[in-house]
Amino acid sequence: MSEFSVIGRRLPKVNSWAHLTGQARYADDLFLPRMLYGRLLRSTRPHARIRRVDTSRALAHPGVVAVVTGADMPEKMGIMPSTQDETALAVDRVRYVGEPVAAVAALDEDTAFDALSLIQVDYEDLEPIFTIEEALEREDVKIHDEAKRANVFKEVHLSFGDLVGGFAAADHVRDDWFFFEGNTHAPIESHSAVAWFGADDKLTLWTATQVPHYLHRELEKVLGLPRSRIRVIATPNGGAFGGKSDPFGHEFAAALLSMRTRRPVKITLDREEVFYAHRGRHPVKMRIRTGVKKDGEITAVHYQSWLDGGAYASYGIATTYYTGALLTVTYRIPAYKFDGVRVYTNKPPCGPKRGHGTTQPRYGFECQIDKIAEDLQLDPLEYRKKILQPANSRTVNELRITSMGLGECLDALQRATRYSERRGQLGRGKGIGLAGSAYISGAGLPIYWNEMPHSGAEIRTDRGGGVTVMCGTSEIGQGSDNMLASVAAEALGIMPADVHVVSGDTSLAPVDLGSYSSRVTFMAGNAVRDAAMKLRALLVAAAAEKLEVPADRLLSAYGRIYDRDDPAKFVAFADAAVLAESKHGTLVAAGSYKPPKGIGGSFKGAGVGPTPAYSYQAAVAEVTVDMDTGVVTVDKVTTAHDCGRALNPANVEGQVEGSAYMGYGEIIGEEQVFRGGLHKKPSLLDYKIPTSLDTPVLEALIVESVDDEGPFGAKEAGEGPLNPVIPAIANAVYDAIGVRFDETPITAEKVLNALGKRDRRGEPKTRIGPDGLDAGKSDPKRALRRLTASTDARERKRPLN
Amino acid sequence: MTKQLLTLRVNGEPRTIAADPHHTLLEVLREELGLTGTKHGCELGECGACTVLVDGIPVLACLTLPALVGDANVTTVEGLAIGESLHPLQIAFAEEGAAQCGYCTPGMLMTAKALLDTTARPTRAQIASAISGNLCRCTGYTAIYEAIEKAAARA
Repeated sequence: MSEFSVIGRRLPKVNSWAHLTGQARYADDLFLPRMLYGRLLRSTRPHARIRRVDTSRALAHPGVVAVVTGADMPEKMGIMPSTQDETALAVDRVRYVGEPVAAVAALDEDTAFDALSLIQVDYEDLEPIFTIEEALEREDVKIHDEAKRANVFKEVHLSFGDLVGGFAAADHVRDDWFFFEGNTHAPIESHSAVAWFGADDKLTLWTATQVPHYLHRELEKVLGLPRSRIRVIATPNGGAFGGKSDPFGHEFAAALLSMRTRRPVKITLDREEVFYAHRGRHPVKMRIRTGVKKDGEITAVHYQSWLDGGAYASYGIATTYYTGALLTVTYRIPAYKFDGVRVYTNKPPCGPKRGHGTTQPRYGFECQIDKIAEDLQLDPLEYRKKILQPANSRTVNELRITSMGLGECLDALQRATRYSERRGQLGRGKGIGLAGSAYISGAGLPIYWNEMPHSGAEIRTDRGGGVTVMCGTSEIGQGSDNMLASVAAEALGIMPADVHVVSGDTSLAPVDLGSYSSRVTFMAGNAVRDAAMKLRALLVAAAAEKLEVPADRLLSAYGRIYDRDDPAKFVAFADAAVLAESKHGTLVAAGSYKPPKGIGGSFKGAGVGPTPAYSYQAAVAEVTVDMDTGVVTVDKVTTAHDCGRALNPANVEGQVEGSAYMGYGEIIGEEQVFRGGLHKKPSLLDYKIPTSLDTPVLEALIVESVDDEGPFGAKEAGEGPLNPVIPAIANAVYDAIGVRFDETPITAEKVLNALGKRDRRGEPKTRIGPDGLDAGKSDPKRALRRLTASTDARERKRPLN
Repeated sequence: MTKQLLTLRVNGEPRTIAADPHHTLLEVLREELGLTGTKHGCELGECGACTVLVDGIPVLACLTLPALVGDANVTTVEGLAIGESLHPLQIAFAEEGAAQCGYCTPGMLMTAKALLDTTARPTRAQIASAISGNLCRCTGYTAIYEAIEKAAARA
């Protein structure tokens, strides 16, 4: 019998009933008395100076109540305090097609929409930049004047261990280029916010956000309204995947329009606008050099990435570091060098999408590991098992590893798929591929420097035994409300259905930093567990008095606090609540969580990568390639995921399957691409997210490593499982047709192209992918030389450690 | 624009409203009748989030003008439960974790109901085909298949 009464059971989510009856209230479902409807005017130019914005005709339009422009909110904002380069609405310059320029509030949405065409914007076009290579080279065109070199947003160089010695000791060195195309989250719910500045001079903002706390801070900065007068309520997000974790123009615009009109204002983006809001996966070019001994032991890795960041910073500083930070946590790497460059281009800003910055390098690295295994004639699964980073260790870049279940994941996959026997044996057109991965259970540092908890929770009981949990987490569909209820219920010995959850409300709930970086289960879970255990102690003390049994003999489950030695002796939970309130006074407890110190290094840039625990996962993909049409059908994806402990296995499987689905979409065709600065496919007809008929059979295998520091042993499950799916499919396509896809997505067109082409020696083409930075207007070799030169210069300055 | 009086039968109830004639069934349900359970994801007929039943047939409310519905029966997610009892699909979706963010769920449920009303024990291929116009970005569809199969088995 399980030691738990709630944890590990497939109980329905506490918030599922609202979802299933249409009672869940998303932001756009809110209709307030006297509410106005807002719409945003967006830039039609990729790069232009704004000479003048004339709103007079729009203001005069019947039914229009207010119009605001960038000049009304010129304060810089952005999610990362150190790189704030955006304004809520464009002030004197636009940097991508779709950037918000002005906002209208009107009596109804049709009127607001009509009024947009009456706003006259006088643009002076500037030369746009669309590619990484141009951005690196063009000193004469500056998307942001602050950029020191050309259009470089951030450049990082980190080196660990003896890289020169490592490569010298290698028997074999692979040097591969990769390109990962950008793509977007495409949640089914578009962004929406309702603002209400009331007669008490207080602003309430209901919004589909993953980060109510960070948004709270930015609202104060941009609106000039003290934070004490602002309340942010994160409504249930209808999907987010990282796409709702920045502060957005429409949120500030709704707030300011409400302050101007003293009426509620709603702004809901339409589907096309969601593609401009973006903050999705960065397009990344990568070069990976890996040295290995004859037996495959890695001696050194040099990883370089060039990120196309789009027009603004977003999380870009973190994204840049993330491309290099987590390659070291899966396999032993004794020497490691990372160079990363993120550039500005005149496209919608890129940001965090599920797997944030780790998805692209993991794709490249796992494809390369597959190549190394082939070069050395090793079984790719056995090879990975042989070089695993051990549990309870430090990586070369000083990351603390605790529980580590990648080996068990690989074993589970071999049992489920017989990968090793089937690889290379399925015949032409059929293939099987494998990849491993890891992810963080929450970022080790908050976005702004502070010593406060990353997550706080309050818990109270009413006199009927009802329990209310308050925590600032944002429910984005990942199941955070249910996680809070389940952890509290397990700790107190009641059922999740008896727990009321108040989440995502900056006035009612203690701060949780937000639903990003897969941090909620680990961090908010620990905070609520801490709070619940304190409350439990009060209840148990009162019950012990009543039962005349020592408190340490009492257990709690199924609504009873009972004597371990004589379970017939018990106090019902509701009675214990009354006894405890009589004994202690009003029953409230608070808990908090902050990651331990020392989980990462102390060098500059060490803040990105550490986490209290890494999740591990691996995937096997099985594919069929149609040799006539080039269509790749992914028949099945099996993913094994080490989530520490599955608090609710059904929900863990849901995250693992959903991740596999999203990864599948990314490699098989989703791409956020542009023509002359115009988005090529800003609709769900053209940007094809997989339907039920496209999606492979998905199987999730849960591996439980039971992490010592996780709440009841749990780690993350929401993001990591996406990562291995993409390289597993690429490796499976190679197994099927002998062509390496060193770029995503793998479209039918590219497959046909590869199958029909021969290289210079007349041999069939065996690889699709970049050979370096592209030739274009600029000289890519020069760009590369310059980058290498600056890297080397820094290298000489810093002593080898 | 002049509003027009319109009487619809929604979830078995006659409802008379005044609405702009170009407003869609989706807008009328959500904004005039307060039935916000029906969602909008694209308003271009791409995502299926707004699926409702018109005389038992799934239609995209975002592409339907109310005037064309006439006196047909419109069923939304709010009309899925029978009195105090939830529909077997709702229970099965909860048990299987088939709703993550829940945003595609109302449309998905209506499509699934139309399927089960005509095909008592659908195969997985039939389910996949039936829900192929309802995009879900969270689940990968597996839990949805399992929930629909479970509801069918209980009926």
